[in-house]
Amino acid sequence: MAGPITDKTAIVGIGQTAFGKGLPDSELSLACQAISLAIDDAGLSPGDVDGLAMFSMEEGREVDVARSVGLGDISFFSEIGYGGGAGCGVVGHAAMAVATGQCQVAVGWRARKRAAKTSRPWAQVSRRITGHWQWSRPWGVVRPVDEIAMLTRRYMHEYGATRDHLANVALAARKHANRNPAATMYEKPLTREQYMEGRWISEPLCLYDNCLETDGALAVVVTSAERALDLPHPPAYIHSFAQGLPRQHQTMTNYFCEDPLRGPAWACADALWRTADFGPADVKVAQLYDAFSPLIVLSLEGYGFCERGEGGPFTDDGNIEWPDGRLPVNTSGAGMSEAYVHGFNLVLEGTRQMRGTSTSPVDGADTCLVTSGEGVPTSALLLRK
Amino acid sequence: MESGLLLPDVEDPDAAPFWAGTARGELLVQACGKCGAWRMPPRPMCPACRSLESTWIATSGRGTVWSFVVPHPPLLPAYAELAPYNAIVVALEEDPTIRFVGNLVTSPEGPINEVDPASIEIGEPVRVVFAPVEDVHLPRWVRA
Repeated sequence: MAGPITDKTAIVGIGQTAFGKGLPDSELSLACQAISLAIDDAGLSPGDVDGLAMFSMEEGREVDVARSVGLGDISFFSEIGYGGGAGCGVVGHAAMAVATGQCQVAVGWRARKRAAKTSRPWAQVSRRITGHWQWSRPWGVVRPVDEIAMLTRRYMHEYGATRDHLANVALAARKHANRNPAATMYEKPLTREQYMEGRWISEPLCLYDNCLETDGALAVVVTSAERALDLPHPPAYIHSFAQGLPRQHQTMTNYFCEDPLRGPAWACADALWRTADFGPADVKVAQLYDAFSPLIVLSLEGYGFCERGEGGPFTDDGNIEWPDGRLPVNTSGAGMSEAYVHGFNLVLEGTRQMRGTSTSPVDGADTCLVTSGEGVPTSALLLRK
Repeated sequence: MESGLLLPDVEDPDAAPFWAGTARGELLVQACGKCGAWRMPPRPMCPACRSLESTWIATSGRGTVWSFVVPHPPLLPAYAELAPYNAIVVALEEDPTIRFVGNLVTSPEGPINEVDPASIEIGEPVRVVFAPVEDVHLPRWVRA
């Protein structure tokens, strides 16, 4: 059933910098470059922009960005927390602001450098810990990969999922990246044997279950559906948007509730599908947040593509691969093989699927699900042509 | 001597009674002072009845392994030195939805990399021990 913002807004501009390691530019500079490119792509001027939405982890602040890019008077600005959970929230807040008239043209972005202080918080944690981290870090559950590996081991135990299922996820992302010249792993194929021989990071997760670490920035421009029709690119309409913070959830270390494997995806999906005119069976391509391979398996369940415990087998038989899979997932290579920019590249790839400009365009895909981080308070978007 | 481990602030207002308990050799769980519901980690308000009153209950210190990981480098130096080590989540015997992160060791002061990770099984019974590290007593677990 349509909600108050259904199809009222669209992504009309996208921009991204090159992806790399050790890029000389600052995060603020990268943000400004991506935003500038997105405004150009939308056929608009910086002075048209009057709304901003960004990750609260962003190093460059609204005032810095607005002063550098030469934006107009800003009437709406919003920040979303929880790192990788924020991406679709940034776009959704921009969409809500445009749909309700709080602004006319909103920009959302993420800029990130792997070497930057803010990008590896676990390596700088102060030695005396307060708050919820004191219930995990003292025992050496220190990094995001340790936290998710703990849930993964339990998941594998309960449902019989295997490393082969996780490999399916890594290999699908790599195959798609091998078709995407902008991807970090464009020229680097990956075999199942290489995956199985990859060094451990936190058992049961190996190197290839982890996303990349990337410097880069991406941005989108959101405006009203009416105005979108006058702009150069086919609009990617924002059909539905939701955030998800389930009851009794603990971010990353969700070990302290009745059902830890029913993560934020479930709460987010309930709200997302509630205001959609279609369901999971109608979605032919998805961009699912993939800081770690098991998050894809959990997201396939949470967003309703299969039942609980069936996310592993869902990835078999090329089911999540372009071109013939039931649901090609992460068609740019995403966090595991394109770039890890806190999942914001998933939003741009979803937009390209709706425009028909993906390097792995899915035949007949007129809708796309985009999700943000599973395991943390999250967000998701349904885009449509 | 500094351990290099990431240790809790034992004066954290919500958690101080827990850490005082471990120093006495007790594994405590916070319980609502009004409705009696248990909650872990501790927090200011009872999510069942919204009471601000709470008490601390001594538990059996027995449970089962709910899950475990084996971290490898790159890690902070103090953890990298011990890697690969195990970290486990234990479900408490009295209420398996009350869980604690810990390590499986062979004695209270034993290193966290002593148990062969390949021998650890989800569901195996464990009991709590307390490892003194600087001014903190960290709950860890031995096979029961």
